Amino acid sequence: MIMYLAKRFLEMIPTLFGITLISFFIIHLAPGKPTDIFSELNPKITPEARERLEKLYNLDKPIMVQYGLWLKKIVKLDFGDSFSSDRRPVMQRIWDTKKPLIERRLFVTFMINLLSMIVIFLIAIPIGISSATHQLSLYDKITTTVVFVGFAMPSFWLALLLMILFGVYLHWLPISQLKSMNFDSLPLIGQIWDLFKHLLLPIFVSAFGGLAADSRFMRSSMLEVIRQDYVTVARAKGLPEKTVIYRHAFRNALLPIITLTGLSIGGLIGGSVIFENIFGIPGMGQLFYMSVMTRDYPMVMGILTIGAVLTLAGNLMADIGYMLADPRIRAK
Amino acid sequence: MGQYTPRNLFWNRFKENGLALAGGIVVLVLFVVAVLAPFVSPYNPDDIDRKHILEPPERLHPLGTDDLGRDVLSRMIWGSRISLSVGFVAVGIATIIGMVLGALSGYYGGWSDRFIMRFIDIMLSIPTFFLILAVIAFIGPSIWNIMIVIGLTQWMGVARLVRAEFLTLKEREFVLAAKAVGASDLRIIFRHIMINSMAPVLVSAVLNVAGAVLVESALSFLGIGVQPPTPSWGNILNLGKDNIEIAWWLSVFPGLAILITVLGYNLLGEGIRDSIDPRLRDSVRR
Repeated sequence: MIMYLAKRFLEMIPTLFGITLISFFIIHLAPGKPTDIFSELNPKITPEARERLEKLYNLDKPIMVQYGLWLKKIVKLDFGDSFSSDRRPVMQRIWDTKKPLIERRLFVTFMINLLSMIVIFLIAIPIGISSATHQLSLYDKITTTVVFVGFAMPSFWLALLLMILFGVYLHWLPISQLKSMNFDSLPLIGQIWDLFKHLLLPIFVSAFGGLAADSRFMRSSMLEVIRQDYVTVARAKGLPEKTVIYRHAFRNALLPIITLTGLSIGGLIGGSVIFENIFGIPGMGQLFYMSVMTRDYPMVMGILTIGAVLTLAGNLMADIGYMLADPRIRAK
Repeated sequence: MGQYTPRNLFWNRFKENGLALAGGIVVLVLFVVAVLAPFVSPYNPDDIDRKHILEPPERLHPLGTDDLGRDVLSRMIWGSRISLSVGFVAVGIATIIGMVLGALSGYYGGWSDRFIMRFIDIMLSIPTFFLILAVIAFIGPSIWNIMIVIGLTQWMGVARLVRAEFLTLKEREFVLAAKAVGASDLRIIFRHIMINSMAPVLVSAVLNVAGAVLVESALSFLGIGVQPPTPSWGNILNLGKDNIEIAWWLSVFPGLAILITVLGYNLLGEGIRDSIDPRLRDSVRR
């Protein structure tokens, strides 16, 4: 089992290399240069000054050389300096060690994604199981319809609707930022409550798509499993229905969900651009949006790479989860 | 009537499936509205009316007006053209790439299979929406660029599907027979195997249109997609976000249009899948 995991881990390295290679070339070969932005901001910029800028950022070198230089630094977890006016290192803008955890962008995005994944699991799996065990009942029909509609729901539209309802009309929840202005003066309990209120809508919105997909998948997977012979045998032995469902069927039905979750992490991270933009949350997605708009190559590459690492880590976690759920793989 | 040709069997099953029919009708209506936009839209979508800015829905403007006094209903009708064309062109590109790479990978196996599968793994591990956003922002948000970039990042599912079909079909008797009479690889791939794997490809294409519509509207919503004054459902929603405190109608109606469209494609796709062959239910999932 350790060998298998080690092998999977080693396989991630060439994949990550491929991801950075493809991303780097696509981004650097796109027409236009980041220095165009500087000249837009300052029309008086001379060709010499522009050349000096290009030299400073190595943009005058052939692209293979640029990639080589970038790769050499990345091994030391150094993504270079941002092109923004303060020229801070990319790593510092994503993970500022001088600030509290909650103000570090990578942490904010990671926390929201992790929490929404937990929410997905806690809600989607029970819904999937119960609608499978009550197949074709009214409850099953209602959840199936809701889930099907939810599947087609654009998450940003859902966010707008919830903001209009809970923020504009009912005034129950704040509609933007991660915390209130007076956050620092609140007692600890107040701070947690404040964060909770700000995070409720973003987490719900980012979990919603996965919620629909996972519960639908859990239902069909469960329906497949409860028709198997070993489930009939368990029932024939006279085991209580609860034991049959939760001890015999559940673990087998869970396997495809684990794979699906591993594969959906990329989408979840991609979605953070959208909801961080809507809710004004200072996370990695918002930073990515700003960096893209200013053609900040080092920032864009840095965030793409970190996003890819998180996706690959998610896939690896799915493999580990698969092993924990399925003793047949552990034995190999 | 009464003949059990595959086409009749398909129609009989499809007609029975009310949800699939509903999906088909939604897609058809969308198509008609998009084509007839100049005739069915009550106003010119670009006409600015400074006397009627941000007016809620009423008789003259059933879906209200936007921040420049333009009629929201007319802009949504014209916006349907964007949704429709982006969906079809992007998925067309993705399907062709997926079919070619899937066929190469499944038919020849070996070195090319390993290379293509690794490439798919890499593409699946890139947070795609990040990459689309970056590329569109860099090369400029024209509608053609959007179609092409969405197409270039959505082919992986089709490629896997076609590969799996090729792996099973290439061992079948009719393919071996074609080989025995000396048919060329190209002929076997396209005339014998590809033709027989079209059903799942068609189903996944219809389902992918829904995905492409969602990506386009998300891009336009973020201001990186279709640029005003060209109307698209996503960029009307963008205005809705800016005016969220005062103009709910700018947020509600375009989003509803996206929801119904995506739902329509999903129902149609699943309906076709179940009608072509109920056994496909397990092989073509998203």
